[in-house]
Amino acid sequence: MTRLNARIPDGPLAEKWKAYKAGCKLVNPNNKRKLDIIVVGTGLAGASAAATLGELGYNVKVFCYQDTPRRAHSIAAQGGINAAKNYQNDGDSVYRLFYDTIKGGDYRAREANVYRLADVSTSIIDLCVAQGVPFAREYGGLLTNRSFGGAQVSRTFYARGQTGQQLLLGAYGALSRQIASGKVELFNRRDVLDIVVVDGKARGIIARNLVTGEIERHSAHTVVLANGGYGNVFYLSTNAMGSNVTPAWSAYRKGALFANPCFTQIHPTCIPVHGDYQSKLTLMSESLRNDGRIWVPAKMKDVERLRNKEIKASDIPEQDRDYYLERRYPAFGNLVPRDVASRAAKERCDAGFGVGSTGVAVFLDFADAIKRKGHDTIDALYGNLFQMYEQIVAESPYEMPMMIYPAVHYTMGGLWVDYDLMTTIPGLFAIGECNFSDHGANRLGASALMQGLADGYFVLPYTIGNYLANEIHTPRIDTALSEFKAASDDVADRLNKLKNSGGKEPVDHFHRRLGKIMWEHCGMARNDAGLTEALYLLTELRHDYAKGVKIPGAMDEYNPEIEKACRVADFIDLGELMVRDALQRRESCGGHFREEYQTNDGEALRDDSQFAYVAAWEYKGREIAAQMHREDLQFKEIKLSQRSYK
Amino acid sequence: MNFKLKIWRQKNAKAKGGMVSYDVTGISPDSSFFEMLDTLNQQLITSGSDPVAFDHDCREGICGTCSLYINGRPHGPVKGVTTCQLHMRSFRDGETIHIEPWRARAFPVIRDLIVDRSAFDRIIQAGGYISVNSGGVPDANTLPVPKHDADSAFDAATCIGCGACVASCSNAAAMLFIGAKVSHLAQLPQGRVEASKRVQSMVARMDELGFGSCSNTYACEAECPKSISVVNISRMNREFLHAKLFSEKEKIIRESL
Repeated sequence: MTRLNARIPDGPLAEKWKAYKAGCKLVNPNNKRKLDIIVVGTGLAGASAAATLGELGYNVKVFCYQDTPRRAHSIAAQGGINAAKNYQNDGDSVYRLFYDTIKGGDYRAREANVYRLADVSTSIIDLCVAQGVPFAREYGGLLTNRSFGGAQVSRTFYARGQTGQQLLLGAYGALSRQIASGKVELFNRRDVLDIVVVDGKARGIIARNLVTGEIERHSAHTVVLANGGYGNVFYLSTNAMGSNVTPAWSAYRKGALFANPCFTQIHPTCIPVHGDYQSKLTLMSESLRNDGRIWVPAKMKDVERLRNKEIKASDIPEQDRDYYLERRYPAFGNLVPRDVASRAAKERCDAGFGVGSTGVAVFLDFADAIKRKGHDTIDALYGNLFQMYEQIVAESPYEMPMMIYPAVHYTMGGLWVDYDLMTTIPGLFAIGECNFSDHGANRLGASALMQGLADGYFVLPYTIGNYLANEIHTPRIDTALSEFKAASDDVADRLNKLKNSGGKEPVDHFHRRLGKIMWEHCGMARNDAGLTEALYLLTELRHDYAKGVKIPGAMDEYNPEIEKACRVADFIDLGELMVRDALQRRESCGGHFREEYQTNDGEALRDDSQFAYVAAWEYKGREIAAQMHREDLQFKEIKLSQRSYK
Repeated sequence: MNFKLKIWRQKNAKAKGGMVSYDVTGISPDSSFFEMLDTLNQQLITSGSDPVAFDHDCREGICGTCSLYINGRPHGPVKGVTTCQLHMRSFRDGETIHIEPWRARAFPVIRDLIVDRSAFDRIIQAGGYISVNSGGVPDANTLPVPKHDADSAFDAATCIGCGACVASCSNAAAMLFIGAKVSHLAQLPQGRVEASKRVQSMVARMDELGFGSCSNTYACEAECPKSISVVNISRMNREFLHAKLFSEKEKIIRESL
């Protein structure tokens, strides 16, 4: 085990990024023209990075599996984006956003990275407004804010319940402008299946053209991964159907370390699971918790009468309702962070007080808010969400409380990166959700959009220059190099093995099995016995998959089953790493709750003396246990304390 | 619930396509339209046939990937939703459901129900943005925008680029798609600077790409899953006329100097 060095600049926390920018190497415009960059993914991080790097004058090739960059799953983010603008004059500052993010992440993120994130957050809002992002405004014409999951100030900028869509379309516009100018070349409908490393440096990728099935080689001086999170390892999640870990996992197999894989976020407000045929879960924005009150019946007899449809939620009188978040956490009430809210819902349902036909749901009630603010105000704030809910569940939240339950939403873990956002493979960068860096063990609401855009617009464009300044003498990389051939042969071999496994079951069958194992043993609550069992079940699943998967169709045509098959193979391997990571972290922190480590009243019990580190895993070969390396987290600015929202 | 499906199958862009019948049984009324198709595909795979290819991704009505023409209507019978938000309870038990791809010259079929909509990307590339770089922009609150304008710009900006407007139009026009983008940016002060250039280049690109002209039937608004209003087309026409007149006037002035 080695200790990792994050290469954090010296100097006081607030001055580090300024000092970095003042001291980093630059590439002159003539040389930028000679340098090629590959960007994988076109969500907020990838699109903003590709656009900005194109503006700077580099040659950029950008890849996405969707038919157009505008469809990346950032588009589905609803609630908002945080920024320390303090427009509301309610006491916000860069320091406070930094502090909240570190605390919200349960003290498992790096101070220097998070401070930089808070610092550049204000520039993001300026840029997005200049791009024409139609944020919500006051009658005076200035921007308005709302408070959002776990924050005591109003620092969240939003565009109704479609903030991710509007921000992504802004970045997509900037990207389209660069595509038109010829500085960025778009490769849509491509799966990136391997990273090519030449003489120790990332120099290209192997992609599969999803329409023709062709295996393509693409080279560059540096590669940026922005392929998003791996929530689909659970099969059911709020991710898009195509969201996958494959590019990041390929990097891991080529030597990049994968950090904190067990840190996954279970979002408290999603529409509950309703059947075995279900393919995905739908999030209801956390902003709903600003006005909705969460409750379950206080009396078991009401639970039974509800289930038997003898009474409706509204028939239960006020004194017989258990507003359990308000009861347990009077200071934050319904606005506690996501991990806390999710576990509290699980606790009530496990205790038998859950509602709905399955008993695995809680109420989110707007009756008080509608009375207080009026139907029209609530409609303006949440209209599209209410409509979405009604479409899925066939019940109007104006008349009946919503039913919600936690679901997998976001993954804090990801490729290990240093302060420059570079992985342990020189020249391979990872930005946005696919890296591990800024959210610790739990991400706060409205911080994912902030991080994606901070990385792409304002951080990577500096740090990548610092790397490329040493590459100006490197000629264009030739894709005929033996490393490209080896990688492309390896991809073809992997695909052929899957295709010719001679099995009988479709890919989805195995993906569902994987999801069940992960949700049951490595989900909202974990323990030693369950995790150990999961390791056994995953090994069994891997073997069954290798000989049991059935893939129809041909390789040289549009074949969605072969796409899925590659993704699921990587998810199974990732699942095992998540379980190993969860096993070694014998503490509870953020989204990682080990049942053995909790306080008397059921709160997460962190162990800073032993676990204040990042666990970064090194690939050692298929079916060989990965090796863990540590990056010790140093808290110089913030005093570690027990998180309390009471 | 049980359904008889008649689905357009086409091996690739060059092959000849046709409708093929399938039966699905035991479908829950709460399952989504795609979950019903998933069930069909699992059956097809298990029996050794090629599954039906269709575009889908977020399955929550926002990415704009899905695109089915169901019983003669883009995104099916329910107003204001995408196919992925359509549930089987919106159909009658035993009903025959016809499923086809978008039909438009500018959207060629790739396979089965999947079409190539990259023409939309090329229209946006012609100018559907504000030309600012990352950095060097003023503070976000230096430019007040009347709330009404911001809200109206937002309404236009909610377009998801699915192409239902084109699929619903008897002329396969892209006027609502372009109108929404032009209108979103033209209503904001930061978008005014290049409004005239934007509308002219986007319209010119649309004409190049083989989209038809506006049919004035408002089918696009009726079928738009985000209920984007045809008022945006009027706004675009006004912007376009204004831009053309002014560019003519400027040309005359320049020539007379």
